[in-house]
Amino acid sequence: MAMALPLAYASSVVHPFEAGRLSFSTKATKHKKQIYQFRKVTKVLAYYGLTNPPYKLDALEPYMSRRTLELHWGNIHRGYVDSLNKQLANSPLYGCTMEELIKTTFNNGNPLPEYNNAAEVWNHDFFWESMQPNGGRLPWGGVLDQIEKDFGSFSNFRDEFVHSAMMLFGSGWVWLVLKTNERRLSIVRTSNALCPLVWGDIPIISLDMWEHAYYLDYKDDVSKYVNNFMDHLISWHSATARMVRTEAFVNLGEPKIPVA
Amino acid sequence: MALRALFTKTAPTLASGLGPFASAGGSGTRWQGLCHARGLKVAALPDLEYDYGALEPAISGEIMRLHHQKHHKAYVSNYNDALEKLDAAMAKGDVPAVVRLQSAIKFNGGGHINHTIFWKNLKPVNEGGGEPPHATLGWAIDTDFGSLEALVQKMNAEGAALQGSGWVWLALDKERKKLLVEATANQDPLVTKGANLVPLLGIDVWEHAYYLQYKNVKPEYLKNIWSVMNWKYASEVYDSEIA
Repeated sequence: MAMALPLAYASSVVHPFEAGRLSFSTKATKHKKQIYQFRKVTKVLAYYGLTNPPYKLDALEPYMSRRTLELHWGNIHRGYVDSLNKQLANSPLYGCTMEELIKTTFNNGNPLPEYNNAAEVWNHDFFWESMQPNGGRLPWGGVLDQIEKDFGSFSNFRDEFVHSAMMLFGSGWVWLVLKTNERRLSIVRTSNALCPLVWGDIPIISLDMWEHAYYLDYKDDVSKYVNNFMDHLISWHSATARMVRTEAFVNLGEPKIPVA
Repeated sequence: MALRALFTKTAPTLASGLGPFASAGGSGTRWQGLCHARGLKVAALPDLEYDYGALEPAISGEIMRLHHQKHHKAYVSNYNDALEKLDAAMAKGDVPAVVRLQSAIKFNGGGHINHTIFWKNLKPVNEGGGEPPHATLGWAIDTDFGSLEALVQKMNAEGAALQGSGWVWLALDKERKKLLVEATANQDPLVTKGANLVPLLGIDVWEHAYYLQYKNVKPEYLKNIWSVMNWKYASEVYDSEIA
Protein backbone atom coordinates (compact mmCIF):
# COMPACT_ATOMS: atom_id res chain seq x y z
CA MET A 1 0.00 0.00 0.00
CA ALA A 2 1.25 3.51 -0.69
CA MET A 3 1.89 5.43 2.49
CA ALA A 4 3.79 8.60 3.30
CA LEU A 5 7.27 7.15 2.89
CA PRO A 6 10.22 8.57 4.80
CA LEU A 7 12.83 10.07 2.51
CA ALA A 8 15.16 7.10 2.71
CA TYR A 9 12.62 4.76 1.06
CA ALA A 10 10.75 6.94 -1.39
CA SER A 11 11.73 5.93 -4.88
CA SER A 12 10.59 8.85 -6.94
CA VAL A 13 11.76 11.75 -4.79
CA VAL A 14 14.36 14.44 -5.37
CA HIS A 15 16.00 15.49 -2.12
CA PRO A 16 16.07 19.30 -2.02
CA PHE A 17 19.71 19.10 -0.90
CA GLU A 18 20.66 16.93 -3.84
CA ALA A 19 18.78 19.09 -6.27
CA GLY A 20 20.90 22.03 -5.24
CA ARG A 21 24.10 20.07 -5.63
CA LEU A 22 23.43 19.45 -9.30
CA SER A 23 23.90 23.11 -10.15
CA PHE A 24 27.40 23.61 -8.59
CA SER A 25 30.05 25.22 -10.80
CA THR A 26 33.32 26.76 -9.43
CA LYS A 27 35.02 25.91 -6.14
CA ALA A 28 34.35 29.34 -4.62
CA THR A 29 30.70 29.37 -5.47
CA LYS A 30 30.57 25.71 -4.48
CA HIS A 31 31.67 26.57 -0.97
CA LYS A 32 29.21 29.45 -0.72
CA LYS A 33 26.43 27.31 -2.13
CA GLN A 34 27.19 24.45 0.22
CA ILE A 35 26.66 26.69 3.21
CA TYR A 36 23.57 28.20 1.64
CA GLN A 37 22.09 24.78 0.85
CA PHE A 38 22.88 23.55 4.36
CA ARG A 39 21.02 26.50 5.82
CA LYS A 40 18.05 25.90 3.54
CA VAL A 41 17.60 22.28 4.53
CA THR A 42 15.67 22.61 7.76
CA LYS A 43 12.56 20.81 6.62
CA VAL A 44 12.43 17.16 5.61
CA LEU A 45 9.76 16.46 3.06
CA ALA A 46 8.26 13.09 2.33
CA TYR A 47 6.22 12.26 -0.71
CA TYR A 48 4.01 9.38 -1.72
CA GLY A 49 5.84 6.97 -3.96
CA LEU A 50 4.66 4.68 -6.70
CA THR A 51 4.82 1.18 -5.27
CA ASN A 52 5.51 -1.69 -7.65
CA PRO A 53 2.98 -4.41 -8.30
CA PRO A 54 4.02 -7.63 -6.52
CA TYR A 55 4.87 -9.34 -9.83
CA LYS A 56 6.62 -8.52 -13.08
CA LEU A 57 4.63 -6.60 -15.64
CA ASP A 58 4.35 -9.58 -17.98
CA ALA A 59 3.41 -12.04 -15.22
CA LEU A 60 -0.31 -11.76 -15.82
CA GLU A 61 -0.15 -12.71 -19.50
CA PRO A 62 -2.22 -13.72 -21.41
CA TYR A 63 -5.10 -12.38 -19.29
CA MET A 64 -3.64 -8.93 -18.80
CA SER A 65 -0.88 -8.01 -21.22
CA ARG A 66 2.43 -6.41 -20.32
CA ARG A 67 1.51 -3.44 -22.51
CA THR A 68 -1.66 -2.85 -20.52
CA LEU A 69 0.29 -2.91 -17.24
CA GLU A 70 3.02 -0.68 -18.64
CA LEU A 71 0.42 1.94 -19.50
CA HIS A 72 -1.98 1.36 -16.62
CA TRP A 73 0.67 1.26 -13.90
CA GLY A 74 3.53 3.13 -15.53
CA ASN A 75 1.55 6.03 -16.97
CA ILE A 76 -1.87 6.25 -15.41
CA HIS A 77 -1.12 5.13 -11.83
CA ARG A 78 2.15 7.05 -11.85
CA GLY A 79 0.26 10.09 -13.14
CA TYR A 80 -2.08 9.99 -10.16
CA VAL A 81 0.87 9.74 -7.73
CA ASP A 82 2.65 12.69 -9.34
CA SER A 83 -0.53 14.80 -9.43
CA LEU A 84 -1.21 14.02 -5.78
CA ASN A 85 2.31 15.00 -4.72
CA LYS A 86 2.00 18.25 -6.64
CA GLN A 87 -1.29 19.04 -4.96
CA LEU A 88 0.03 18.24 -1.50
CA ALA A 89 3.25 20.20 -1.83
CA ASN A 90 1.73 23.28 -0.26
CA SER A 91 -1.34 21.84 1.34
CA PRO A 92 -2.39 21.53 4.99
CA LEU A 93 -3.31 17.93 4.20
CA TYR A 94 0.35 17.01 3.88
CA GLY A 95 1.58 14.22 6.11
CA CYS A 96 -1.31 11.74 6.43
CA THR A 97 -1.31 8.05 5.74
CA MET A 98 -3.14 7.20 2.55
CA GLU A 99 -6.23 5.91 4.33
CA GLU A 100 -6.44 9.03 6.51
CA LEU A 101 -6.02 11.21 3.45
CA ILE A 102 -8.80 9.47 1.56
CA LYS A 103 -11.25 9.75 4.44
CA THR A 104 -10.39 13.39 5.09
CA THR A 105 -10.53 14.53 1.49
CA PHE A 106 -13.77 12.64 0.86
CA ASN A 107 -15.22 15.16 3.25
CA ASN A 108 -18.44 13.18 3.77
CA GLY A 109 -19.52 13.39 0.15
CA ASN A 110 -18.21 16.83 -0.84
CA PRO A 111 -14.81 15.73 -2.02
CA LEU A 112 -11.89 18.08 -1.93
CA PRO A 113 -9.74 18.34 -5.07
CA GLU A 114 -7.12 15.98 -3.65
CA TYR A 115 -9.63 13.18 -3.15
CA ASN A 116 -9.62 11.92 -6.70
CA ASN A 117 -5.88 11.51 -6.91
CA ALA A 118 -5.50 10.05 -3.41
CA ALA A 119 -8.30 7.53 -3.90
CA GLU A 120 -7.07 6.47 -7.33
CA VAL A 121 -3.53 5.92 -6.02
CA TRP A 122 -4.88 3.73 -3.23
CA ASN A 123 -7.37 1.95 -5.49
CA HIS A 124 -4.71 1.00 -7.99
CA ASP A 125 -2.30 -0.24 -5.32
CA PHE A 126 -5.11 -2.36 -3.94
CA PHE A 127 -5.98 -3.62 -7.41
CA TRP A 128 -2.45 -4.78 -8.29
CA GLU A 129 -2.35 -6.66 -5.01
CA SER A 130 -5.78 -8.17 -5.71
CA MET A 131 -4.29 -10.04 -8.64
CA GLN A 132 -1.55 -12.60 -8.99
CA PRO A 133 -0.09 -14.84 -11.69
CA ASN A 134 -1.88 -18.21 -11.68
CA GLY A 135 -4.69 -16.71 -9.68
CA GLY A 136 -8.38 -17.36 -9.88
CA ARG A 137 -10.08 -20.64 -9.13
CA LEU A 138 -11.36 -21.08 -5.60
CA PRO A 139 -10.56 -19.55 -2.24
CA TRP A 140 -10.01 -21.83 0.73
CA GLY A 141 -10.35 -21.94 4.50
CA GLY A 142 -11.85 -18.94 6.28
CA VAL A 143 -12.45 -16.90 3.14
CA LEU A 144 -14.37 -19.71 1.47
CA ASP A 145 -16.35 -20.32 4.64
CA GLN A 146 -17.28 -16.66 4.94
CA ILE A 147 -18.25 -16.46 1.25
CA GLU A 148 -20.44 -19.52 1.56
CA LYS A 149 -21.99 -18.10 4.69
CA ASP A 150 -22.76 -14.71 3.15
CA PHE A 151 -23.60 -15.67 -0.44
CA GLY A 152 -24.86 -19.21 -0.13
CA SER A 153 -22.20 -20.72 -2.37
CA PHE A 154 -19.06 -19.68 -4.19
CA SER A 155 -20.81 -19.85 -7.55
CA ASN A 156 -23.54 -17.48 -6.29
CA PHE A 157 -20.82 -15.07 -5.26
CA ARG A 158 -19.06 -15.42 -8.60
CA ASP A 159 -22.27 -14.82 -10.56
CA GLU A 160 -23.16 -11.80 -8.46
CA PHE A 161 -19.68 -10.33 -8.86
CA VAL A 162 -19.71 -10.78 -12.62
CA HIS A 163 -23.25 -9.41 -12.89
CA SER A 164 -22.32 -6.36 -10.83
CA ALA A 165 -19.35 -5.68 -13.08
CA MET A 166 -21.48 -5.97 -16.22
CA MET A 167 -24.09 -3.61 -14.80
CA LEU A 168 -21.63 -0.80 -14.13
CA PHE A 169 -22.54 2.20 -16.28
CA GLY A 170 -19.47 4.31 -16.94
CA SER A 171 -16.13 4.13 -15.14
CA GLY A 172 -15.77 2.52 -11.75
CA TRP A 173 -14.73 -0.40 -9.60
CA VAL A 174 -16.31 -3.58 -8.29
CA TRP A 175 -15.38 -4.61 -4.75
CA LEU A 176 -15.74 -7.55 -2.45
CA VAL A 177 -15.94 -5.76 0.89
CA LEU A 178 -16.50 -6.71 4.47
CA LYS A 179 -19.22 -4.42 5.74
CA THR A 180 -18.14 -3.49 9.24
CA ASN A 181 -21.60 -2.66 10.55
CA GLU A 182 -23.37 -5.65 9.07
CA ARG A 183 -20.35 -7.89 9.73
CA ARG A 184 -20.70 -9.71 6.46
CA LEU A 185 -19.13 -9.85 3.03
CA SER A 186 -20.86 -7.91 0.28
CA ILE A 187 -20.30 -6.92 -3.34
CA VAL A 188 -20.20 -3.19 -3.92
CA ARG A 189 -19.97 -1.23 -7.15
CA THR A 190 -18.51 2.28 -7.07
CA SER A 191 -18.23 5.00 -9.71
CA ASN A 192 -15.07 6.75 -10.87
CA ALA A 193 -12.70 6.96 -7.90
CA LEU A 194 -15.06 6.17 -5.05
CA CYS A 195 -13.54 3.78 -2.54
CA PRO A 196 -15.44 1.79 0.14
CA LEU A 197 -12.93 2.97 2.75
CA VAL A 198 -14.88 6.18 2.96
CA TRP A 199 -17.84 4.31 4.45
CA GLY A 200 -15.63 2.53 6.94
CA ASP A 201 -15.95 -0.79 5.09
CA ILE A 202 -12.97 -3.06 4.54
CA PRO A 203 -12.20 -4.00 0.95
CA ILE A 204 -11.04 -7.56 0.30
CA ILE A 205 -10.76 -7.71 -3.50
CA SER A 206 -11.25 -5.13 -6.23
CA LEU A 207 -11.66 -5.12 -10.00
CA ASP A 208 -10.91 -2.05 -12.09
CA MET A 209 -13.77 -1.51 -14.57
CA TRP A 210 -12.41 1.67 -16.11
CA GLU A 211 -12.02 1.05 -19.82
CA HIS A 212 -8.26 1.68 -19.69
CA ALA A 213 -7.95 -1.48 -17.59
CA TYR A 214 -9.11 -3.81 -20.35
CA TYR A 215 -9.57 -1.99 -23.62
CA LEU A 216 -6.19 -2.88 -25.16
CA ASP A 217 -6.63 -6.58 -24.40
CA TYR A 218 -10.35 -7.12 -24.75
CA LYS A 219 -11.70 -4.08 -26.64
CA ASP A 220 -15.42 -4.01 -25.87
CA ASP A 221 -15.65 -7.64 -24.65
CA VAL A 222 -16.18 -6.77 -21.00
CA SER A 223 -17.64 -10.15 -20.11
CA LYS A 224 -14.46 -11.95 -21.16
CA TYR A 225 -12.32 -9.57 -19.10
CA VAL A 226 -14.40 -10.07 -15.96
CA ASN A 227 -14.55 -13.83 -16.37
CA ASN A 228 -10.81 -14.05 -16.94
CA PHE A 229 -10.28 -12.00 -13.82
CA MET A 230 -12.43 -14.39 -11.79
CA ASP A 231 -10.91 -17.53 -13.31
CA HIS A 232 -7.25 -16.62 -13.70
CA LEU A 233 -6.21 -13.40 -11.98
CA ILE A 234 -7.96 -12.92 -8.66
CA SER A 235 -5.55 -13.41 -5.77
CA TRP A 236 -7.17 -15.41 -3.01
CA HIS A 237 -3.85 -15.25 -1.16
CA SER A 238 -4.28 -11.49 -0.84
CA ALA A 239 -7.90 -11.93 0.09
CA THR A 240 -6.95 -14.37 2.85
CA ALA A 241 -4.30 -12.03 4.24
CA ARG A 242 -6.75 -9.15 4.20
CA MET A 243 -9.48 -11.20 5.87
CA VAL A 244 -7.05 -12.24 8.61
CA ARG A 245 -6.23 -8.59 9.23
CA THR A 246 -9.90 -7.69 9.13
CA GLU A 247 -10.73 -10.18 11.87
CA ALA A 248 -8.60 -8.08 14.20
CA PHE A 249 -11.09 -5.25 13.73
CA VAL A 250 -14.43 -6.91 13.13
CA ASN A 251 -15.94 -9.74 15.09
CA LEU A 252 -17.28 -12.07 12.43
CA GLY A 253 -18.82 -14.61 14.69
CA GLU A 254 -18.96 -15.99 18.17
CA PRO A 255 -15.42 -16.62 19.35
CA LYS A 256 -14.72 -20.20 20.34
CA ILE A 257 -13.71 -19.78 23.94
CA PRO A 258 -12.53 -23.09 25.27
CA VAL A 259 -14.23 -24.24 28.43
CA ALA A 260 -11.70 -24.65 31.23
CA MET B 1 -38.83 17.25 -33.78
CA ALA B 2 -36.29 16.54 -36.48
CA LEU B 3 -33.99 15.04 -33.90
CA ARG B 4 -36.63 12.60 -32.74
CA ALA B 5 -37.21 11.36 -36.28
CA LEU B 6 -33.48 10.85 -36.51
CA PHE B 7 -33.43 8.41 -33.63
CA THR B 8 -36.46 6.26 -34.07
CA LYS B 9 -38.24 4.34 -36.72
CA THR B 10 -41.74 3.06 -36.21
CA ALA B 11 -41.84 -0.67 -36.73
CA PRO B 12 -43.70 -1.18 -40.00
CA THR B 13 -46.55 -3.61 -40.47
CA LEU B 14 -45.58 -7.02 -41.73
CA ALA B 15 -46.90 -6.25 -45.19
CA SER B 16 -44.43 -3.47 -45.91
CA GLY B 17 -41.46 -5.74 -45.41
CA LEU B 18 -37.99 -4.69 -44.44
CA GLY B 19 -37.85 -1.40 -46.38
CA PRO B 20 -36.88 1.26 -43.82
CA PHE B 21 -34.63 -1.15 -41.96
CA ALA B 22 -32.60 -2.28 -44.94
CA SER B 23 -29.78 0.11 -44.18
CA ALA B 24 -29.94 -0.09 -40.42
CA GLY B 25 -27.35 -2.83 -39.98
CA GLY B 26 -29.90 -5.42 -39.04
CA SER B 27 -30.43 -4.32 -35.47
CA GLY B 28 -33.95 -3.13 -36.17
CA THR B 29 -35.24 -6.20 -37.91
CA ARG B 30 -35.57 -8.34 -34.81
CA TRP B 31 -37.78 -5.78 -33.18
CA GLN B 32 -40.27 -5.50 -35.99
CA GLY B 33 -42.14 -8.62 -35.12
CA LEU B 34 -42.01 -8.05 -31.39
CA CYS B 35 -43.09 -4.45 -31.32
CA HIS B 36 -45.18 -3.76 -34.36
CA ALA B 37 -48.37 -4.86 -32.71
CA ARG B 38 -48.00 -2.15 -30.02
CA GLY B 39 -46.58 0.40 -32.45
CA LEU B 40 -43.57 0.84 -30.18
CA LYS B 41 -40.96 3.14 -31.70
CA VAL B 42 -37.63 1.37 -31.50
CA ALA B 43 -34.20 2.81 -31.98
CA ALA B 44 -32.01 1.86 -34.91
CA LEU B 45 -28.29 2.14 -35.43
CA PRO B 46 -27.72 4.98 -37.92
CA ASP B 47 -25.14 4.53 -40.68
CA LEU B 48 -22.07 6.68 -40.86
CA GLU B 49 -21.84 9.11 -43.77
CA TYR B 50 -18.18 8.27 -44.29
CA ASP B 51 -15.93 5.22 -44.15
CA TYR B 52 -14.47 4.04 -40.87
CA GLY B 53 -10.99 4.97 -42.02
CA ALA B 54 -11.95 8.37 -43.41
CA LEU B 55 -11.19 10.27 -40.21
CA GLU B 56 -7.57 9.17 -40.00
CA PRO B 57 -5.15 10.23 -38.63
CA ALA B 58 -7.28 12.08 -36.07
CA ILE B 59 -9.31 9.00 -35.18
CA SER B 60 -8.21 5.57 -36.33
CA GLY B 61 -10.42 3.31 -38.42
CA GLU B 62 -10.20 0.59 -35.78
CA ILE B 63 -11.65 2.90 -33.14
CA MET B 64 -14.41 4.12 -35.46
CA ARG B 65 -15.39 0.58 -36.37
CA LEU B 66 -15.50 -0.65 -32.75
CA HIS B 67 -17.15 2.54 -31.57
CA HIS B 68 -19.94 2.31 -34.14
CA GLN B 69 -20.42 -1.43 -34.58
CA LYS B 70 -19.92 -2.53 -31.02
CA HIS B 71 -20.48 0.27 -28.54
CA HIS B 72 -23.22 2.24 -30.28
CA LYS B 73 -24.93 -0.93 -31.44
CA ALA B 74 -24.92 -2.24 -27.86
CA TYR B 75 -26.55 0.97 -26.65
CA VAL B 76 -29.24 0.60 -29.32
CA SER B 77 -29.99 -3.06 -28.51
CA ASN B 78 -29.97 -2.51 -24.77
CA TYR B 79 -32.19 0.53 -25.13
CA ASN B 80 -34.69 -1.40 -27.21
CA ASP B 81 -34.56 -4.21 -24.67
CA ALA B 82 -35.24 -1.86 -21.79
CA LEU B 83 -37.96 -0.08 -23.76
CA GLU B 84 -39.81 -3.30 -24.40
CA LYS B 85 -39.56 -4.27 -20.74
CA LEU B 86 -40.74 -0.80 -19.75
CA ASP B 87 -43.72 -1.08 -22.04
CA ALA B 88 -44.65 -4.42 -20.52
CA ALA B 89 -44.20 -3.08 -16.99
CA MET B 90 -46.32 -0.02 -17.72
CA ALA B 91 -49.06 -2.14 -19.24
CA LYS B 92 -49.10 -4.33 -16.14
CA GLY B 93 -48.87 -1.37 -13.79
CA ASP B 94 -45.69 -2.78 -12.25
CA VAL B 95 -44.37 0.41 -10.66
CA PRO B 96 -41.18 -1.00 -9.10
CA ALA B 97 -40.19 -2.47 -12.46
CA VAL B 98 -40.88 0.84 -14.22
CA VAL B 99 -38.64 2.67 -11.76
CA ARG B 100 -35.95 0.01 -11.87
CA LEU B 101 -35.67 0.26 -15.65
CA GLN B 102 -35.05 4.03 -15.63
CA SER B 103 -31.30 3.84 -15.19
CA ALA B 104 -30.90 1.40 -18.09
CA ILE B 105 -33.05 3.62 -20.31
CA LYS B 106 -31.17 6.75 -19.32
CA PHE B 107 -27.81 5.13 -19.90
CA ASN B 108 -28.49 3.28 -23.14
CA GLY B 109 -30.91 5.83 -24.57
CA GLY B 110 -28.49 8.59 -23.72
CA GLY B 111 -25.69 6.63 -25.36
CA HIS B 112 -27.76 6.30 -28.51
CA ILE B 113 -28.66 10.01 -28.59
CA ASN B 114 -25.12 11.16 -27.91
CA HIS B 115 -23.45 8.90 -30.44
CA THR B 116 -25.97 9.71 -33.18
CA ILE B 117 -25.06 13.37 -32.76
CA PHE B 118 -21.36 12.52 -32.54
CA TRP B 119 -21.27 10.75 -35.94
CA LYS B 120 -22.79 13.86 -37.49
CA ASN B 121 -20.27 16.06 -35.69
CA LEU B 122 -17.39 14.40 -37.51
CA LYS B 123 -16.44 14.79 -41.15
CA PRO B 124 -13.42 13.68 -43.16
CA VAL B 125 -10.95 16.45 -43.90
CA ASN B 126 -11.48 16.23 -47.64
CA GLU B 127 -15.22 16.74 -47.17
CA GLY B 128 -14.90 19.89 -45.09
CA GLY B 129 -13.96 18.48 -41.69
CA GLY B 130 -12.10 21.00 -39.56
CA GLU B 131 -13.20 24.04 -41.57
CA PRO B 132 -13.96 26.79 -39.05
CA PRO B 133 -17.50 28.13 -38.75
CA HIS B 134 -18.55 31.29 -40.53
CA ALA B 135 -21.52 33.61 -40.56
CA THR B 136 -24.01 33.35 -37.73
CA LEU B 137 -22.33 30.63 -35.67
CA GLY B 138 -18.90 32.17 -36.20
CA TRP B 139 -20.07 35.54 -34.92
CA ALA B 140 -21.87 33.95 -31.99
CA ILE B 141 -18.67 32.14 -31.00
CA ASP B 142 -16.68 35.38 -31.17
CA THR B 143 -19.32 37.13 -29.09
CA ASP B 144 -19.67 34.48 -26.41
CA PHE B 145 -16.09 33.17 -26.17
CA GLY B 146 -13.91 35.84 -27.74
CA SER B 147 -12.54 33.66 -30.50
CA LEU B 148 -12.68 30.15 -31.92
CA GLU B 149 -9.31 29.37 -30.31
CA ALA B 150 -10.66 30.35 -26.92
CA LEU B 151 -13.65 28.05 -27.40
CA VAL B 152 -11.46 25.13 -28.45
CA GLN B 153 -9.17 25.71 -25.49
CA LYS B 154 -12.12 25.85 -23.10
CA MET B 155 -13.65 22.64 -24.43
CA ASN B 156 -10.31 20.84 -24.35
CA ALA B 157 -9.73 21.97 -20.77
CA GLU B 158 -13.18 20.70 -19.74
CA GLY B 159 -12.53 17.43 -21.53
CA ALA B 160 -9.14 16.91 -19.93
CA ALA B 161 -10.49 17.75 -16.48
CA LEU B 162 -13.46 15.41 -16.74
CA GLN B 163 -13.03 12.52 -14.29
CA GLY B 164 -14.21 9.13 -15.46
CA SER B 165 -16.44 8.88 -18.51
CA GLY B 166 -18.52 11.59 -20.13
CA TRP B 167 -19.01 14.10 -22.89
CA VAL B 168 -18.05 17.72 -23.52
CA TRP B 169 -20.58 19.82 -25.42
CA LEU B 170 -20.83 23.10 -27.27
CA ALA B 171 -24.41 23.92 -26.36
CA LEU B 172 -26.89 26.56 -27.39
CA ASP B 173 -29.21 27.89 -24.72
CA LYS B 174 -32.37 28.39 -26.78
CA GLU B 175 -34.03 30.77 -24.32
CA ARG B 176 -31.09 33.06 -23.73
CA LYS B 177 -29.69 32.64 -27.24
CA LYS B 178 -26.21 32.07 -25.81
CA LEU B 179 -23.53 29.51 -26.48
CA LEU B 180 -22.08 27.54 -23.58
CA VAL B 181 -19.60 24.78 -22.91
CA GLU B 182 -21.07 21.98 -20.79
CA ALA B 183 -19.88 18.58 -19.62
CA THR B 184 -22.07 15.58 -18.85
CA ALA B 185 -21.13 12.40 -17.03
CA ASN B 186 -21.35 8.87 -18.42
CA GLN B 187 -24.00 8.84 -21.17
CA ASP B 188 -26.19 11.59 -19.79
CA PRO B 189 -27.57 13.58 -22.72
CA LEU B 190 -27.14 17.35 -22.73
CA VAL B 191 -30.75 18.01 -21.77
CA THR B 192 -30.00 16.66 -18.29
CA LYS B 193 -28.06 19.88 -17.75
CA GLY B 194 -30.96 22.09 -18.84
CA ALA B 195 -34.12 21.63 -20.87
CA ASN B 196 -33.24 24.63 -23.04
CA LEU B 197 -29.87 23.30 -24.10
CA VAL B 198 -29.40 22.16 -27.69
CA PRO B 199 -26.24 20.23 -28.55
CA LEU B 200 -24.26 21.72 -31.44
CA LEU B 201 -21.05 19.73 -31.03
CA GLY B 202 -20.17 16.91 -28.68
CA ILE B 203 -16.85 15.25 -27.96
CA ASP B 204 -16.89 11.73 -26.54
CA VAL B 205 -14.28 11.51 -23.77
CA TRP B 206 -15.03 7.95 -22.78
CA GLU B 207 -11.80 6.00 -22.96
CA HIS B 208 -13.18 3.75 -25.69
CA ALA B 209 -13.25 6.80 -27.95
CA TYR B 210 -9.47 7.23 -27.94
CA TYR B 211 -7.58 4.69 -25.84
CA LEU B 212 -6.50 2.31 -28.61
CA GLN B 213 -4.85 5.14 -30.50
CA TYR B 214 -3.87 7.76 -27.94
CA LYS B 215 -3.56 5.51 -24.87
CA ASN B 216 -3.88 7.71 -21.81
CA VAL B 217 -2.86 10.93 -23.58
CA LYS B 218 -6.36 12.41 -23.68
CA PRO B 219 -5.21 15.99 -24.42
CA GLU B 220 -3.66 14.79 -27.71
CA TYR B 221 -6.98 13.27 -28.78
CA LEU B 222 -8.80 16.46 -27.87
CA LYS B 223 -6.34 18.53 -29.86
CA ASN B 224 -6.61 16.35 -32.96
CA ILE B 225 -10.35 15.85 -33.09
CA TRP B 226 -10.86 19.48 -34.11
CA SER B 227 -9.30 18.69 -37.47
CA VAL B 228 -12.32 16.53 -38.33
CA MET B 229 -15.00 18.61 -36.67
CA ASN B 230 -18.09 19.20 -38.79
CA TRP B 231 -18.84 22.84 -38.15
CA LYS B 232 -21.31 22.88 -41.01
CA TYR B 233 -23.66 20.60 -39.06
CA ALA B 234 -23.26 22.77 -35.96
CA SER B 235 -24.11 25.87 -38.03
CA GLU B 236 -27.19 24.23 -39.47
CA VAL B 237 -28.50 23.27 -36.05
CA TYR B 238 -27.66 26.70 -34.68
CA ASP B 239 -29.43 28.51 -37.49
CA SER B 240 -32.54 26.35 -37.27
CA GLU B 241 -32.83 26.89 -33.51
CA ILE B 242 -32.13 30.62 -33.56
CA ALA B 243 -34.55 31.32 -36.37
